[in-house]
Amino acid sequence: MLDFIVLFLTVGIPLSSALLLASLGETVNQRSGVFNLGCEGVMSMGAFVGMLIPYMVGGSGTVAWYVNVAGLLSAALVGALLGLLYGLVVIKFSAPQGIAGIGLQLFGTGLAGTFYRHFIGGAEGVAGISSIRIPVLCDLPILGKMLFSCNPMVYVAFLMVPTVHYILFKTPWGLRVRACGTMPRAADSMGINVSRTRYQALAFGSAMAGLAGAYLSLCYAKIFTDTLVGGRGFIAVALVYFGRWSPLGVMGGALLFSLAQALQLAVQAYGFAAFPYEFLVMLPYALVIVVLVFVGKSKHVGPAMLGKPFNREMRT
Amino acid sequence: MKNFKLVYTIGVILLAVLLTLGIASLVLAVLGADVLKTFWVIFCYPFTSFKNLSGVINIMTPLTLVGIGICVAYRSGIMNIGGEGQMLIGLLCAIVFALYSGIEGPLSIPLIMLVGMAGGAVWGFFPGILKSKFGVSELLSTVMFNYIATQLYAYCLRVPLLDPAVAGGAGDPQTVKLAESQWLPRINEVIENVPKGTRFHIGILIAIALAVVVYLFMWKTPVGFKMRAAGASDRAARYGGISVSAYLVLAMIISGACCGLAGTVEILGVHHRGLGNCTGGYGFSGIVVALFGGLHPLGVIPAAFFFALISYGCSALQINKIPVPSNMIDVLLGLMIMVIVAAKLIIANPYLMDHVQHTVTKLINKKEGGADA
Repeated sequence: MLDFIVLFLTVGIPLSSALLLASLGETVNQRSGVFNLGCEGVMSMGAFVGMLIPYMVGGSGTVAWYVNVAGLLSAALVGALLGLLYGLVVIKFSAPQGIAGIGLQLFGTGLAGTFYRHFIGGAEGVAGISSIRIPVLCDLPILGKMLFSCNPMVYVAFLMVPTVHYILFKTPWGLRVRACGTMPRAADSMGINVSRTRYQALAFGSAMAGLAGAYLSLCYAKIFTDTLVGGRGFIAVALVYFGRWSPLGVMGGALLFSLAQALQLAVQAYGFAAFPYEFLVMLPYALVIVVLVFVGKSKHVGPAMLGKPFNREMRT
Repeated sequence: MKNFKLVYTIGVILLAVLLTLGIASLVLAVLGADVLKTFWVIFCYPFTSFKNLSGVINIMTPLTLVGIGICVAYRSGIMNIGGEGQMLIGLLCAIVFALYSGIEGPLSIPLIMLVGMAGGAVWGFFPGILKSKFGVSELLSTVMFNYIATQLYAYCLRVPLLDPAVAGGAGDPQTVKLAESQWLPRINEVIENVPKGTRFHIGILIAIALAVVVYLFMWKTPVGFKMRAAGASDRAARYGGISVSAYLVLAMIISGACCGLAGTVEILGVHHRGLGNCTGGYGFSGIVVALFGGLHPLGVIPAAFFFALISYGCSALQINKIPVPSNMIDVLLGLMIMVIVAAKLIIANPYLMDHVQHTVTKLINKKEGGADA
């Protein structure tokens, strides 16, 4: 039983990292009042771009660490660029965000698949970034395996939780972002450039989504497939509601969702093959719906002007 | 300049089209493909034979049906991105009914379709009721229901409905074939003397009929009016005594039924059995079709034809030896959505139009002034 729980947690924690990075980014987006349903597409592009540089340099073999870092950074950069493109559509042209987000999702996923087939092709993977073992601590009986021998990006993801919290709630920029999401008109009258702040928030949030994609291709699966992201972008958006727009809540949501997913993998690994695993795969999605039912009733938590375009020349 | 509005609208649309084609050409250039030849295959190749055109019409059928469903939901103030899941549950119910009810013959076809619609309607009802009773965003719940439907369908295909011929791991899971009398007839079986190669199934006629029926329902009946009122302004509608939440649920039920019918028609007309990937992503591309069709059931028909054309063209790229993966269709669709929504708001923005008109007039005056001097 203990083995089962350890396996369950050692699988669950790495699984949660991609979700965590993406939904932290989405939290910043939504705090600024922009709803980015295209997160899925940004993650796909991040996943492809992230493994492009390491693959170009070293093929499927191991490469120096800075090449992998360059991969991660390029993924973040492409993510930010896609975020700005989305910003152009929804901020400059005030397009309805739900639909434009679907557009970004299709665009990103399609472009990643198209470019992957052209530049990499086949089922070739990369060596990627391997796990590190933190000396001494990794030899602890159970915790060592669970917490102290993870992929470096897992630590980065969890470190981003306090970082994003600090940025949102303790810096002037974070205050501006939140003001733009809650009451852009007031922010505007205080001399804050609402559009610019929203562009910045989108670039930051989408860069994190790109990074989340690169985590999937470079650290988690070490290969790109069309279904690699597999709806994690949509889940990340849902987790923001789940976590009530706070980084800590989002972390709780990402962990809960990933552990529910890990349960399915652990059950399969333990050979309860007769049990139809599809129902376990369903479980996390059903869980999100159930939680959304409870979150949905409580108003006044989220950014009040979420999804509403701001135009200083128009009356509200 | 009296006609400036018209000139402006056409100008913006042309710019939008050019922009989309421009970005797409850029992507194609990166891929090292012959840009002009690629566009020729995507837009013109489907017209080269009746066989290809029939292929386009077969794709157009489910797109039209899903598009109609999305229109109904959108007009009533709810965005349905669960078309994919509603299609799957609809066709699953239809397959189960077709295989186990024992009803065969031509009369069974409408019955199977009704069952498929009921399945889709149930899957649309859930997000509807979640939205109206618990305030759960339909953008998220429909996506979750898509995943649940996918898993449910995968399970049914793998275990209870598995074709004994592929049991034991040989080949992809699929169900047994439906009885031939339950298939939707092809047009050349119904009408004689059609040009050779014309082989699309009659589902398209059903789709067009449904578009007309839904148009009449939404625009010419009191219920349809109330649904549109709820979508146009829920506060005003509530003030007018319309139960917004009830009409929201009704809209999702109708929308789901349309998507369920799309899945059923796809099975009865094209696949004749349940397969792994038989929704073809129409649940998503149907959204684009609805948008492109101006969110009007009758506008959906030409929009669906246009998208079926591109989609058939993209899948024909490989046959024509153009090294562009068929994922290109998603790139095109995504670009189009973003450009359309942005262009729509540019057209609708009176301030921007005045500004452009002002600048243009100034420019013209300057030129004339310059010519005089």
